[in-house]
Amino acid sequence: MKKFIGFVKKEFYHIFRDKRSLFILFGMPIAQIMLFGFAITNEINNVDIAILDQSKDATTQELINKISVSKHFSIQQFLANEKEIENVFQKGKVKAVLVFEKDFSKKLTTASNATVQIIADATDPNTANTINNFVGSILQKYQQELNTTAKIPYQIIPETRMVYNQELKSVFMFVPGVMTIILMLVSAMMTSISITKEKELGTMEILLVSPLKPALVIVGKVVPYILLSVINAFVIILLSIFIFKMPVQGSFFLLGLESVLFIVSSLALGILISTVSNTQQTAMMISLMGLMLPVILLSGFIFPITSMPLPLQVISNIIPAKWFIIIVKGIMLKGVGIAYVWKETLILLGMTLFFMGLSIKKYKIRLE
Amino acid sequence: MKKENVIEVKNLSKVFGDFTAVNQISFEVGKGEIFGFLGANGAGKTTAMKMLIGISNPSSGQAKVAGFDVYKNAEDIKKNIGYMSQKFALYDDLTVKENITFFGGIYGLSRTEIKEKAEVLIHELGLQEVAKELVGSLPLGWKQKLSFSVALLHAPKIIFLDEPTGGVDPITRRQFWEMIYKTANTGTTVFVTTHYMDEAEYCDRVSIMVDGRIEALDTPKKLKDQFNVKSMNDVFLKLARG
Repeated sequence: MKKFIGFVKKEFYHIFRDKRSLFILFGMPIAQIMLFGFAITNEINNVDIAILDQSKDATTQELINKISVSKHFSIQQFLANEKEIENVFQKGKVKAVLVFEKDFSKKLTTASNATVQIIADATDPNTANTINNFVGSILQKYQQELNTTAKIPYQIIPETRMVYNQELKSVFMFVPGVMTIILMLVSAMMTSISITKEKELGTMEILLVSPLKPALVIVGKVVPYILLSVINAFVIILLSIFIFKMPVQGSFFLLGLESVLFIVSSLALGILISTVSNTQQTAMMISLMGLMLPVILLSGFIFPITSMPLPLQVISNIIPAKWFIIIVKGIMLKGVGIAYVWKETLILLGMTLFFMGLSIKKYKIRLE
Repeated sequence: MKKENVIEVKNLSKVFGDFTAVNQISFEVGKGEIFGFLGANGAGKTTAMKMLIGISNPSSGQAKVAGFDVYKNAEDIKKNIGYMSQKFALYDDLTVKENITFFGGIYGLSRTEIKEKAEVLIHELGLQEVAKELVGSLPLGWKQKLSFSVALLHAPKIIFLDEPTGGVDPITRRQFWEMIYKTANTGTTVFVTTHYMDEAEYCDRVSIMVDGRIEALDTPKKLKDQFNVKSMNDVFLKLARG
């Protein structure tokens, strides 16, 4: 045991003296969560738009006021005619143009409906979509206000087929995914790199010639990363609670346990990677290509699994991250307990044991 | 007085698929002897050595190291040997003292033992000034000497050196061999592989491996007489060219 503590201590020296690994360990989780939380969200703020008001009456004026006070948009320009629309887009001044049809107010009161055309710059499809959503919601709100007093329901028709999406808070969907990626990367990539580093430097040979049991060497290398990964998971959850006001509906304790399970499965993968790679570079490439990409593409983190072609849906089942994301979403967003995620937990546990068995076997073969 | 053998190898072989890396080698090494294990690259030196230090299982044959069988008691062997590889193998990002503490620790030395030995060692190598510096900042020669001393921390019966002087300047090599002599004088057996033929002259006995077999084994003087040449280099060339 004393030997073991000495070993773990040495491992921490390695980690804390290497600025690069320190950055990956602690800088990356924070950077990633901020990046996904703020930059890559579907929310928009102060998007520049232009308005072509062909009717210039009280109703359009009121609507324009509502749009201009919204924090989502900032009105840059009022256009005089339709020809200017192409011009402003080409200059890249605005992301969208709202066109109010002629006799807007009159049509609304006589025919009960009027149309607003939303022309969005689709070179940035994400923003375009979101602009549609937000304009739509502003129009709808105004329409509801009108209808509380009117006898015949008024209708303002936005010329887009967008419907208001209640869950615009995309960050909630990203947090479980980002957490998964970070835990996976830190656990699998960092351990595989730190083990192959010893191989590359020749110190692994020295350790194997020493009376230390090979299993102890591996466990000793892995333990610091378990601790650091748990800290990371904790930091990510705290960040999402306090910065993004993300709720954790379910049990904190269960979330912690599940995270440890996932961390251990990633570590087993990391050990497996280290048995097949001889250099740190190889280990890193395998971790990035073999783990990161499938996690991003196939785990349901960004692209919904249900809309994938069937073969990919089948493949997605062998990715541990998929199951972990389901578990995390369940616990954090839906507040479910173990009764609802026991199946996923069992699958994850099975995978963990499988990877562990495989890496132990591989490791023994290598020693021959 | 009969000399005590610390390494006894009989018909030891290692086969990888249909390639025989080590082919039925036999030899003994006595206590306190400096035994040179020579051969060209790929002749099977490292494979043979790996079997003796217990990290590779032999395909056939017998071998006893420090009185323990390589098949059954590999763990006991590990406690009684020291090993220094051709790659410099201390941790660059640990200080001199931390390295000593770590390696002492994995060989099961107590804290007080480590402390005492570290002080003696640092004093002997003249490293007092840099004891708290990272090993990575030391010149290669110092690292090499430190690495050797660290391999001797737990007072092993045999120390295995795998091309210990690769890439080191002649002066450091000379100092290194002085350390080897000093170690051998205390009764520790030194098993060293090298391809510097001038170093072969310093050994008590040398064996020369060619294509997995030991083609020659004797004192440097007798080998030179046997092949009727002036230097070990010529002995080696004659053997290697067949």
